Amino acid sequence: MAKSARPSTATPAASTAAKPAPKSRAPRAAKPEAEPTIASSLADEAAFALRSLQQAHANNKRYDASDEELLKFYEQMVLIRRFEEKAGQLYGLGLIGGFCHLYIGQEAVAVGLQSALTEGHDSVITGYRDHGHMLAYGIDPKLIMAELTGRGAGISRGKGGSMHMFSTEHKFYGGHGIVGAQVPLGAGLAFAHKYRGDGGVCMAYFGDGAANQGQVYETFNMAALWNLPIIFVVENNGYAMGTAVKRGSAETHFYRRGTAFRIPGMDVNGMDVLEVRQAAEVALEYVRAGNGPVLMELKTYRYRGHSMSDPAKYRSREEVQDMRDNHDPIEAAKAELLKRGVAEEKIKEIDKRIRQTVAEAADFAETSPEPNEAELYTDVLVETY
Amino acid sequence: MAIELKMPALSPTMEEGTLAKWLVKTGDEVKSGDIIAEIETDKATMEFEAIDEGVIGEILVAEGTEGVKVGTVIATIKGDDDAAPVAAPAAAPAVEQKAAESVAPAGLDPKAKAAAAIAPKTDAKPAADPELPAGTTMVPTTVREALRDAMAEEMRADDRVFVMGEEVAEYQGAYKVTQGLLEEFGPRRVIDTPITEYGFAGIGAGAAMGGLRPVIEFMTFNFAMQAIDHIINSAAKTNYMSGGQMRCPIVFRGPNGAASRVGAQHSQNYGPWYASVPGVVVIAPYDSADAKGLLRAAIRSEDPVVFLENELVYGRTFDVPAIDDFVLPIGKARIVRPGKDVTIVSYSIGVGFALEAAETLAAEGIDAEVIDLRTLRPLDKATVLASLAKTNRMVVAEEGFPVCSIASEIIAICMEEGFDHLDAPVLRVCNEDVPLPYAANLEKLALINSAKVAAAVRQVCYR
Repeated sequence: MAKSARPSTATPAASTAAKPAPKSRAPRAAKPEAEPTIASSLADEAAFALRSLQQAHANNKRYDASDEELLKFYEQMVLIRRFEEKAGQLYGLGLIGGFCHLYIGQEAVAVGLQSALTEGHDSVITGYRDHGHMLAYGIDPKLIMAELTGRGAGISRGKGGSMHMFSTEHKFYGGHGIVGAQVPLGAGLAFAHKYRGDGGVCMAYFGDGAANQGQVYETFNMAALWNLPIIFVVENNGYAMGTAVKRGSAETHFYRRGTAFRIPGMDVNGMDVLEVRQAAEVALEYVRAGNGPVLMELKTYRYRGHSMSDPAKYRSREEVQDMRDNHDPIEAAKAELLKRGVAEEKIKEIDKRIRQTVAEAADFAETSPEPNEAELYTDVLVETY
Repeated sequence: MAIELKMPALSPTMEEGTLAKWLVKTGDEVKSGDIIAEIETDKATMEFEAIDEGVIGEILVAEGTEGVKVGTVIATIKGDDDAAPVAAPAAAPAVEQKAAESVAPAGLDPKAKAAAAIAPKTDAKPAADPELPAGTTMVPTTVREALRDAMAEEMRADDRVFVMGEEVAEYQGAYKVTQGLLEEFGPRRVIDTPITEYGFAGIGAGAAMGGLRPVIEFMTFNFAMQAIDHIINSAAKTNYMSGGQMRCPIVFRGPNGAASRVGAQHSQNYGPWYASVPGVVVIAPYDSADAKGLLRAAIRSEDPVVFLENELVYGRTFDVPAIDDFVLPIGKARIVRPGKDVTIVSYSIGVGFALEAAETLAAEGIDAEVIDLRTLRPLDKATVLASLAKTNRMVVAEEGFPVCSIASEIIAICMEEGFDHLDAPVLRVCNEDVPLPYAANLEKLALINSAKVAAAVRQVCYR
């Protein structure tokens, strides 16, 4: 057994006493002795409550949503699903070019997590698979779709494309194409929240592939060192482009990867929107209390290829079909709504409305004009020198 | 109304493909997400999924058919009126028609002429240096102190400004540039980082996107190679990619170029690297007044700025005007020594060599004008070309590699826009095209010096 570098404190209780208890309520729900399967005999580990949040999550897995809340989650997930399907269709028609990474299958992650944030107050940043996170933050689907088709009315005036969209008004900060770059950028946003003392938190999403980038760990170190208010979210969809997690990662349990930096981890089922939301509650309480970062791993799955030109030969059709049939977050939410006795008509009404919204977004994206040619030279620099 | 299924483009470059296999037949019910066919592109076999719900009507292209053009109707789906209301089927054909109209011409048109026609006017004149009031006291100041004063003054004026980097706080700066800042501003605003350039450059860029005004110090720009991704991809490109919505007002600063006897990995001028990228401002001052006035301008700028200093110049003393709000314009070169026979263009430590050479040449009867570019991007072409028009001869002196250098750029500008004023080819005097050696004699041979500059000037003057 490895020895702690700290003065020997034989029992978890003693070590807790030696260090001031964290202020958050979340860790209190996680007395190490309560759960022998999780508690480690390492006094040091107990002291920094590495697994306390995971324990708190295990104690109460699912968010107690009202029917209205669950309907809202359902609606947002359906919006993302239908939007992405439409984007895929427009890509096939040649209206969307270049790279286009769809979020289909992962909807519960963005919706569950961001429903716990305050839009316009808490910051969100992600990589290039960004449409879902934008829609979950209430950004107008028309502006997103028009960006996908490269039109002047797009949210980046047609100059960003699928991978590069931003809405500072919503505190959505992109939209970054270099794998892993959003992690330190997110820590910078968290730094700004802390510097200003505005109480905001940054949620920085990245994938299981990005989780192997060196800059992620540089960031973990500084975020923990400086107690930055940030939630690192690994969306583990099983594949870094075409490389299965086990082929690319020595430690496949990504939530454990903060251990070396004393960042508590959480292992969350990303296919259940209520589990995701509840996990977000636990993490946010901890971070907002000034305890520093949390690392969440959301186990999820993308049904489509990495990008539009991915033949997806690295996995079987059966694997994808099994996820669709048995683990789909939208079908699960729908089944739960029906079980609760919510009228099917209400659900159909949502489906219909979303189809209409997406059709309108597609229509707008297709009929609005390309950017004015003079836009080629605008926005290179802000000032004139 | 039937929905037409069209041969999809499955990659950015696909124009046609082989319909390898149908996985459905007429009469099959499909819902969105079901795989209905396999299509071979030039690169791979792809699965084709249904988007709409309904029943497969007709299969119009048999499996095994090769060379099916993108957009060809390959099957129809009988729409389920209940599940798929008006919009979905109605939208599809319209989309296709528009695609043909708008996408094809855009792709074919090289746009070169159009681009030239809409290029922004470049006659915008950068502001001139502020006139100093008569009787302004000049204070001898080292470049090191001038830089520190600039940061301190901006930090006093604006709480959003903070300094972050390795050894900037408690150690007082590896080269003592941040000396005293911790004492005045405290650890909230003067922040020591671990040795992790990529990480803290990214954190700085993120903080700027989040509304702060970071000054990120690299112990030297050699180490910024670890961080160049954030300088270029995160800081320089975001404003453009966001259509002007998201800014990144940040200063990356630190010593750049060769120091003394530190070997190849610690001796390089990155000016040309950064100056080649649209979206950043690149400043490389020589003397104390420029260092101060331009660093203050850089911190105030809404744009990301790469601010290149020089370790060998930190300790040199120059006059700095003792006025409260001494800020210099970005993008404006300065004639540091007027002359009529030849122009020597330089920046950073090269200006010192150019001035020394000019003194030597004056004794020989050659009156050299020396221009300090000060800002490498945007480059003050107007000042360079005006001087060329006056002297008709030019040498570029640059402490850095010669290939793809700022000197190369100046020469290109003279060819393109100053050709009629040239009485001799423009020459560049740079370091030798080798990694910088350690041995004292070899290092000396590799680096630019005033004698090399003077020799080149004699050559363009045919003397």
